[in-house]
Amino acid sequence: MRKMNIDGSSKTPRINFDGEAGVLELYGRSIPENSVEFFEPLNEWLVEYSHDAKEETVIDMKLEYFNTSSSKCILDFFKKLESMNGAVTNVKVNWYYETDDEDMAEAGEDYEAIVDLPFKLIEVEEI
Amino acid sequence: MALTDIYKFFRTLEDEHIILSFKGDFSSELLNAFLHLMEAKMNELNIGTQQRKRVLNVLIESLQNLYHHIESNNEVEIVKMKETALVLIKYYNEIFTIQTGNYIDKSSLPDLKDKLNEVNSLNTEELRGLYKMKLENNSRSEKGTAGLGLIDIARKSKNKLDYHFIDVDNESSFFCLKVIVE
Repeated sequence: MRKMNIDGSSKTPRINFDGEAGVLELYGRSIPENSVEFFEPLNEWLVEYSHDAKEETVIDMKLEYFNTSSSKCILDFFKKLESMNGAVTNVKVNWYYETDDEDMAEAGEDYEAIVDLPFKLIEVEEI
Repeated sequence: MALTDIYKFFRTLEDEHIILSFKGDFSSELLNAFLHLMEAKMNELNIGTQQRKRVLNVLIESLQNLYHHIESNNEVEIVKMKETALVLIKYYNEIFTIQTGNYIDKSSLPDLKDKLNEVNSLNTEELRGLYKMKLENNSRSEKGTAGLGLIDIARKSKNKLDYHFIDVDNESSFFCLKVIVE
């Protein structure tokens, strides 16, 4: 399984997807005008990964902040993971938020309520 | 504008505690540059994590909405609208006030008014519920927006959104929005 690494930019998060380890990390800010276009390769990669998925897949969401356009794409991404969960792999989502950032903690709680995936909210000093 | 009016203009910005302002075309690149400037300003002012992120979020949502709107109109309007978008950021007594002004198509006015009235009628928890509901159920446009922008702005503001429409001509109104971030 190949790895996917996309560098972060001032508008998009860094993405590290390690198919061998079954770990995917999104890091930074996600504020592109066109989020659908940005998230497309991520979803494609997920489909490819699902053919040869690890027993456990860990998703590390380390977002500083994101726009509403991204929030919908993040949900779609979680929905894809939801459909894989229990069938081809066991998914775990780690949702990081910075101390004092109650907005990001709430966002994690809201995704947890919408999608049927095990979420762990993790407070860190700085993302 | 007479040359001496520059001082008046300067004084107005100074007296109103405007720390950053821009009038012009909010292209994607410009929004980027503008956010960078704002981040630098907030670093200088030692703004805490939550307030800093809320200010950036409100700016992103209000200016990207503008961007989407500009794109959806015909070329003549694009020129007019791009030239006339204005944003003013005030910082006073540890409170940010983000004011934007831009032309909008009269046809989109009723819908915008409804959305503004709706978010202003809801409390924090209700706004969170509405956001969650729309996130889950709304289909989105090609660009990924799902009508969440104003809800997000209201959530980040924790205050009622102050707005006003000024009649310009048969086709357009000028939309003024004031958002407080404490």
